[in-house]
Amino acid sequence: MRQPVPPLESSASADTVLAAEGLGKRYGGFVALADVSVAFTRGRLTAIIGPNGAGKSTFFALLSGAATPSSGRIRLEGADIAGQAQFRFARMGIARSYQITSLFPELTAHENVRVACQAVHAPARRDLWRGRSHYRALVEEADAALAQVGLLARRSRPASRLAHGEQRALEIAVALAGRPKLLLLDEPTAGMSPEETKEMMDLIARLATERTVLLVEHKMKLVMGLAERIVVLHQGRLLASGSPDDIRVHPEVRRVYLGEGRSGRG
Amino acid sequence: MEIDLIAVQLFTGVALGAVFVLLSTGLSIIFGMLGVVNFAHGAFYMTGAYAGVFFLALTGNFWLALAAVPLLIGALGLGVERLLIRPLYGRGPDYPLLLTFGLGYVLVEIVRILFGTDGVPFETPALLSGGIDLGGLGYFPAYRLFVIAVTAVILLLLWLLLARTRYGLIIRAGARDPEILSILGIDIARVWLLVFGLGTGLAALAGLLAAPMRSVNPEMGVAVLVEAFVVTVIGGMGSLLGGAIAGMLVGIVVSLTALWMPEMSTISMFALMTLVLLIRPQGLFGRGLAR
Repeated sequence: MRQPVPPLESSASADTVLAAEGLGKRYGGFVALADVSVAFTRGRLTAIIGPNGAGKSTFFALLSGAATPSSGRIRLEGADIAGQAQFRFARMGIARSYQITSLFPELTAHENVRVACQAVHAPARRDLWRGRSHYRALVEEADAALAQVGLLARRSRPASRLAHGEQRALEIAVALAGRPKLLLLDEPTAGMSPEETKEMMDLIARLATERTVLLVEHKMKLVMGLAERIVVLHQGRLLASGSPDDIRVHPEVRRVYLGEGRSGRG
Repeated sequence: MEIDLIAVQLFTGVALGAVFVLLSTGLSIIFGMLGVVNFAHGAFYMTGAYAGVFFLALTGNFWLALAAVPLLIGALGLGVERLLIRPLYGRGPDYPLLLTFGLGYVLVEIVRILFGTDGVPFETPALLSGGIDLGGLGYFPAYRLFVIAVTAVILLLLWLLLARTRYGLIIRAGARDPEILSILGIDIARVWLLVFGLGTGLAALAGLLAAPMRSVNPEMGVAVLVEAFVVTVIGGMGSLLGGAIAGMLVGIVVSLTALWMPEMSTISMFALMTLVLLIRPQGLFGRGLAR
């Protein structure tokens, strides 16, 4: 099944954090994703774009462990992790932030982040008996993540009583909590006002300076100025991947985005 | 004299309520987390009483039984969750409901085979037999005071666990949305396993504590399961505080009606439940539709 996919990025190198190799997903007879191979480089912000039904969500679900691939491999720093339980993906350093709100409304902002810290540090379960110092470390780690997204002042407020933009920022803090190797963001600006969108994009740009970020986005324009690499999916297949400039002039991408019914407007 | 009698009966009600509280807390915590309506809960209660009988016959030490029985039956609960209930997750709530319903019968039958169909006596431990004079109000059985005290301590510990520890945080979050917990990296299957063990351990403790007060027989869990459901519904599904208050309330109402209208005492709790549901359909402290 493995074929080198042109152009660029088809071969994994030492700088590769995560690599999809011939990844595919079928739901019954429906092929949602077929034979996608992409390598994601450490420290880069990569955007995955494509019109509706391109397979973005499926690709995202596979990379984050929410769904199991029908074929192909997912390599995290070389090790094949496809088929592992979802909670292990998070523990191995793949954090995701959802398109839909994924907070615990009754818990405070701080508690929401701390649950995530605890989850990632869970393998050291003997810590139950190690008591206070470990607990304090968790609290500090959670507050540090809150500070990174500018929410420390809101730490004791229940998530349900935060503004919409603040809730999205809190979700990013949750994703950052366990100091992940890789941050997956699924349409982080969905449903946001233009001002909130701008703030969120600034936040992502700031976070991406020192992290590997993967961003799934429907609106092509949003990511053009932000991403260093762009992966374009179309009808469940890899259409193109490269720098924003490459993508902008790519004939196939232009045809899909501009020619075919303007489904990727924005 | 009349006041004394009421005071004693009130107190009896609180002791009875304490057993209800322990039982319904286990039921409620399992339902709140796993979404499983545990129809075997009464059977675990009964098994707890019989495990106490067994331990007492073996060692003659009530305190040893008190420590060992919740652990033993809690471990049985772990096995049940792991082997019988876990394969049924994701198949709809009626599957575990039917399974635990059947399991309840199996446990009752096993106890009948091992201990016989007749009830067995369970003596009040020597240290706690006799009574204590409480400030001239009346002469209260020491054992019942003990049951109330144990329940209070257990509830306090549970509250501390839920509100103040990192494990409590995971349980509170999991009661709301286990899916998100799983995405965050928590092995939710393991949390469910432990919560089920905790719930069955509490049921066994309730059974053991109730043994000297109520008769020990294979069917003792049947009636008490109904009572535990009534308490859970009155208190509001999934609410620890609600369960505690409702348990006491039901215990007191049942005891007081037994004083004036003995034939109405069983019905009284259903009347109370009806009343509460008419005024607050989600129970006293329930969250309404939010699971």
